[in-house]
Amino acid sequence: MSGSRPLHELTLHDVADLLARREISSVELTKAVLARIEDVDERVNAFVTVTGDRAMEEARGSDERRASGRLGPLDGVPMMLKDNLCTRGIPTTCSSKMLENFVPPYDAHVTERLRESGAVMVGKGNLDEFAMGSSTENSAYFTTRNPWDLGRVPGGSSGGATAAVSAGEAMYSLGSDTGGSIRQPASFCGVVGLKPTYGAVSRYGLVAFGSSLDQIGPVTKDVTDSALVMNAIAGHDARDSTSVPFEPPDYTESLVPDIKGMKIGVPKEYFVEGMGQDVIDVMERTIVKLEELGAEVDRDVSLPYTKYALAVYYIIAPSEASANLARYDGVKYGYSAQEAGSMWEAMEKTRQYGFGPEVKRRIMLGTYALSSGYYDAYYLKAQKVRTLIRREFEEAFERYDALVAPTCPTPAFELGVKTDDPVQMYLSDICTIPANIAGIPAISVPAGFSFGLPVGMQIMAKAFGEPTVFRLAYAYEQSMGWRHLRAPV
Amino acid sequence: MVVYNCLSEEGMALSREEVEHIARLARVGMTEEDLKVFGGQLSHILEQFNVLNEVDTEDVPPTSHTVDLSSVFRDDEERASLAQEDVLVNAPRRDDDYFRVKPVLG
Repeated sequence: MSGSRPLHELTLHDVADLLARREISSVELTKAVLARIEDVDERVNAFVTVTGDRAMEEARGSDERRASGRLGPLDGVPMMLKDNLCTRGIPTTCSSKMLENFVPPYDAHVTERLRESGAVMVGKGNLDEFAMGSSTENSAYFTTRNPWDLGRVPGGSSGGATAAVSAGEAMYSLGSDTGGSIRQPASFCGVVGLKPTYGAVSRYGLVAFGSSLDQIGPVTKDVTDSALVMNAIAGHDARDSTSVPFEPPDYTESLVPDIKGMKIGVPKEYFVEGMGQDVIDVMERTIVKLEELGAEVDRDVSLPYTKYALAVYYIIAPSEASANLARYDGVKYGYSAQEAGSMWEAMEKTRQYGFGPEVKRRIMLGTYALSSGYYDAYYLKAQKVRTLIRREFEEAFERYDALVAPTCPTPAFELGVKTDDPVQMYLSDICTIPANIAGIPAISVPAGFSFGLPVGMQIMAKAFGEPTVFRLAYAYEQSMGWRHLRAPV
Repeated sequence: MVVYNCLSEEGMALSREEVEHIARLARVGMTEEDLKVFGGQLSHILEQFNVLNEVDTEDVPPTSHTVDLSSVFRDDEERASLAQEDVLVNAPRRDDDYFRVKPVLG
């Protein structure tokens, strides 16, 4: 099939094959992707920074390396990084006025890993400011559009990273996921988004938001690509004290289209109030498909603590954020209000003008939850309920190999409809948040459409159960045709 | 499939003084308008947290993070750090090899 499609529509593994067979060069491929960005990004607005010159240089380097030997699957393939992943010498803005001129003096661990794999970086992806949001509407610069419908949001916070892959502006990208920021926009943009197990991918060089929840993961056009990218980025790194010392398997070995006898649970609490009938219908059809494929599906699973996950998340994540974002004081780097007289005044003005409303809201919320007299009632209480949510998952995974649920209660929503009500926006993450709280791996894979808009299914497994996640996601994907569809932009 | 309500309805309002106090603790400057808007929004968000009061957490230990690691120390070996110029290059105000700050006192 790869012969008839333009290069930007192919998957990572398609172009890796073409590169390996010397049917195309990295320079050709990179030119094609940069041309695609030139062509559509005016409308999609996925990129905060396009690094064309550097990409061409990296592409030429890859072609030279290939002339003298066999290369890995990522070598010479254009990719994009969410703009909260540090890139030495290239601005890393977090889509915030605060970091508009910040040029990191070092690479994130994942940036290093991809460089070592020969990746070609075409640019940095837009996000909700400091990854706080579900639509990219909190970006201080501009809102990214959904390539399936330019009047709708791409989801967030990794909306630039998912829209770019969906629109063919990068063969894959990396995002970060604190409460659903990879999976929810992957669902909205019709691509595959994986949040790995907490500790599986080093967070070194990821601008911190909620440190006990943040994970970096791949955004790809299909499950095979997701496994290939995980092979490059997973594994221990001493510079992240929560990085788990483990030997990652070859994730592509999980790409087996056989789930006969796999035990799958469908937790009913994920079918929340306000969920669209279209999403419920997609899930029904998906579950029937999994049964046809030989899985044993239990549709009557109950995880009662799920209903507390949203409250737990919106205490823990802002609390951690309020501590993490204390570093933006206008002294060491970033925006700095200069007109103020004293140090304290300068700091308050720096944070008043440097941060947008959602970031301030979360800093305030977290500061309150951690403040004297409220710590026990909010933060400690949330941490205890977190334990109960974890235990509930652990018990579930004694009975089931995987849990499946909708990724999001609705398909992509229209621009502007949720911007005035933070709580409505927070509800968009209600199905994705539990996996972050429990630290377990979860993937969103395209599972159908509602009036032309993609709808994702989420698969969760126990900690370090990525092989199970990939196996189920792959078997399902291979049984359906979604992976061949591309956004109409 | 059954549909679940995940929001609580109970009231909880922050006073203007409380909002101002939080802003001071967080070192975020606020206008009068900000104090009003954030006060209303934070109160609405805090209402949603009341749902946790239903949960019995007697004898439940807290989870601060989900990996079974504690007190991770690296070996005490010399290693290169960032070059001084790399560290200072993003400084909004510098004075030779120092970060420059506004007066702390007075």
